[in-house]
Amino acid sequence: MNFYAVMAIYKFEMARTRRTLVQSIVAPVISTSLYFIVFGAAIGSRITEVGGVSYGAFIVPGLIMLNLLMHSISNASFAIYMPKFVGTVYEVLSAPVSTVEVVLGYVGAAATKSIILGLIILATATFFIPLRIEHPVIMLLFVFLTSITFSLLGFILGIWADNFEKLSIVPSLIVTPLVFLGGSFYSTDMLPPFWQSVTLFNPVLYLVSGLRWSFYEISEVNILVSLVSITAFMLLCFSIVLYMFKTGYKLRT
Amino acid sequence: MNAVTEPILSIQNLNKTFADGFQALKNINLEIQKGEIIALLGPNGAGKTTLISAICGIVQANSGTVTVAGYDIARDYRKTRSIIGLVPQELSTDSFETVWNTLVFSRGLFGKKANSAHIEKVLKALSLWDKKDNMLMTLSGGMKRRVLIAKALSHEPAVLFLDEPTAGVDVSLRKDMWKIVQELKNDGVTIILTTHYIEEAEEIADRVGVINAGEIILVEDKTELMSKLGKKQVSLDLCDPLATIPKSLAGYSLELSENKDQLTYTFDSLGDRTGITSLLDDLKAADIYFRDLNTIQSSLEDIFVNLVEESS
Repeated sequence: MNFYAVMAIYKFEMARTRRTLVQSIVAPVISTSLYFIVFGAAIGSRITEVGGVSYGAFIVPGLIMLNLLMHSISNASFAIYMPKFVGTVYEVLSAPVSTVEVVLGYVGAAATKSIILGLIILATATFFIPLRIEHPVIMLLFVFLTSITFSLLGFILGIWADNFEKLSIVPSLIVTPLVFLGGSFYSTDMLPPFWQSVTLFNPVLYLVSGLRWSFYEISEVNILVSLVSITAFMLLCFSIVLYMFKTGYKLRT
Repeated sequence: MNAVTEPILSIQNLNKTFADGFQALKNINLEIQKGEIIALLGPNGAGKTTLISAICGIVQANSGTVTVAGYDIARDYRKTRSIIGLVPQELSTDSFETVWNTLVFSRGLFGKKANSAHIEKVLKALSLWDKKDNMLMTLSGGMKRRVLIAKALSHEPAVLFLDEPTAGVDVSLRKDMWKIVQELKNDGVTIILTTHYIEEAEEIADRVGVINAGEIILVEDKTELMSKLGKKQVSLDLCDPLATIPKSLAGYSLELSENKDQLTYTFDSLGDRTGITSLLDDLKAADIYFRDLNTIQSSLEDIFVNLVEESS
């Protein structure tokens, strides 16, 4: 294992975050605070409780999940897309590193940033609503798995994309709608029966539900189903990354 | 019995055809000895960069084998890549990174433990020490080129690929680069460089390889190549213009200039007899006198142009 290479990539990526602190941390925190003000205070005052939890507290797992998904994808996709775009990827491709080491460096850094962001958002939430976390270990496990998995997805996206438009297609046209329609801000019980069934096909529902269970022990689907789903998706994404590097897809000519 | 030295780089039957059907490398065979400088010359699109990229792992060859220090580049990629340093043709840099950090990154990426003393030595050798805290985006093109060389040297490679290292740099910087290359050679680094500048190959290479249309036309010791293929000529500025070359001089390979006042004699510099003495005697006998005499040696550029034209 080339640990020096893993650390070199990891530190390089983390340094990029430090240079873009406002974009990486401050902006998501402000936007999340706005969600709390609009959804929690304005709308939440008209919705008393969901599943025995105040609406403001109910949306916290959804907000964390929204940020984890969006930022994991954008962190990792940008991390590999930019070297491709400016041409510096030659160095990684010609270095004595395996795919696993490259993934550990890039995806590890992207996931770390997302986890830090998730925890900051959690801390921000405590300024607006009293929070309780019934299963903190499960909560951290979910945050960890989700960050890794969607960083892997972002990495795939960054390799696949050959222009900036493609880079933004998946987060804006696929992930955002899935998050908003995946029970982040409402319980599926509030939907008509038909749409409740449709929502079950939304993979984000399983993530939000699982994370929410770790907070309040309320969920739309069984926690084990959520855990198995995210683990399976993580393995699928990792397999795709391995395949991309093995075949040189959009990396090596 | 002489010990046979194993080449540091051995390329056998290397082929590369891109997805669009373009065959960039055609059965390339090449061996490079430790410590030598070989210049690969070739026109645009000849396959120079593809060849380097295939050795470094950026391009996937379709067939053939490449070994570096005895290790196969596919099977033992960790070994081979840690030995190789690559300076790409394009000035690809991380704009917002500092010179120091980008070298530290490169060293780590190639599996070497952090070593500030080495990074400092490389930066000083390339006159980049005073720029170590500068962001790469603030550097000139020439300085960025130096940074790319410094990055490649940060992990102490035994084999260095320089893909057009002096493209777009001014004459003084180019000469600095040649000096750096010479110093690296003195340190035992094997250098493979591609270039469009013939004088660069002429100045620093031990051997010259000519690539055209994906094929290596020849690989030859530079001095031998120039003496073998280089024509030597004697140019005579005549005192009086000559209407035609007299029949008594028909046996010589002579050319008369358009304004009839210059005779050029081409001869084989390696031949037992150059024929210059007898030519001068025969000129005197024919009452042809000259006011000046110059000898002209073909440059590597002339040789290169001839070879490429012939192979095309």
